[in-house]
Amino acid sequence: MTDSNTPRGSNQTLQNSKYLVAGVLFGIILVKSEVISWFRIQEMFRGQSFHMYGIIGSAVITGMISIFLIKRLQLKTITQEPVTIPEKKFHWGNVYGGLIFGLGWAITGACPGSLYAQLGSGFGAAAITLCSAIAGTWVYSRLREKLPH
Amino acid sequence: MEIIKQPWPWYIAGPLIGLIVPALLLMGNKSFGISSTLRQVCAACIPAKIPFLQYDWRKDSWNLFFVAGIILGGFIAGHFLSIPTPLQLNPWTTAMLRQQGIKDFSGLLPAGIFSLSQLFTVRGLLFMVMGGFLVGFGTRYAGGCTSGHAIMGLSSLQWPSLVATCCFMAGGFIMTWFLLPYLIRL
Repeated sequence: MTDSNTPRGSNQTLQNSKYLVAGVLFGIILVKSEVISWFRIQEMFRGQSFHMYGIIGSAVITGMISIFLIKRLQLKTITQEPVTIPEKKFHWGNVYGGLIFGLGWAITGACPGSLYAQLGSGFGAAAITLCSAIAGTWVYSRLREKLPH
Repeated sequence: MEIIKQPWPWYIAGPLIGLIVPALLLMGNKSFGISSTLRQVCAACIPAKIPFLQYDWRKDSWNLFFVAGIILGGFIAGHFLSIPTPLQLNPWTTAMLRQQGIKDFSGLLPAGIFSLSQLFTVRGLLFMVMGGFLVGFGTRYAGGCTSGHAIMGLSSLQWPSLVATCCFMAGGFIMTWFLLPYLIRL
């Protein structure tokens, strides 16, 4: 807790409200495309539907082209800063954690984004799953130094 | 309006999700990612002197606004933009799940497992509590989830994200094919 006393007023909230709008759109897409459905995830992991592969694949391709264009055209952010993307460094947590999340993804039928969207669209069970996910993150934080990375 | 109320096909939803990547970058250099908000909540509410949770979470409060938006978006889509249409599942999936013991196919989630009344059953505990725990533990250990690694990481050509995404899928296949058939029967 370094600068918890920094003044933050309505300006900060206003700055952040654009992310709220982006989140609303994302939430609507997740529900309308049935990504939040446990059954759709079962279909995906059983290789019995192209739906989820199509969504993730076309999202990645769209994101890739967008980032390529941002770099090629040297686009700036709306506050005229250069766009930077932090580099992800490999660690073995990518593997171990990835496998653990995969197990959880298939059993809950939800990734973290889906949990928030499920909660909003009225699935009370998602509140439990989300609280457990927060607990999982907390326990990881607690054990972090003892785990192989 | 009628078209919006129908389920959206992948070729509409996927590119729209992909556009969130440049939108967040251009709005203020934000990298698309959801699972970091779970750490944010821990750091804000239960830091408990854990070093990994000692950081200024307020500096990243944008992502709390983002997920608050997702909840709101879920509400809007669920209540105003949907007409009750049964999920068009692959008949093979339905048959397999029915054989494994799923009875109710009417909602987006099987009501026989994911509901508050099931919380104190073995199956409910496993699917909601244990499952959620694995999601939260695994995503932070992996350094990201489907959005941070699979979409943002792959879009920016980062190979550790490809490793992570392959492991997400591997874990999912293991659960679905080898463990879930037994867990559903519990």
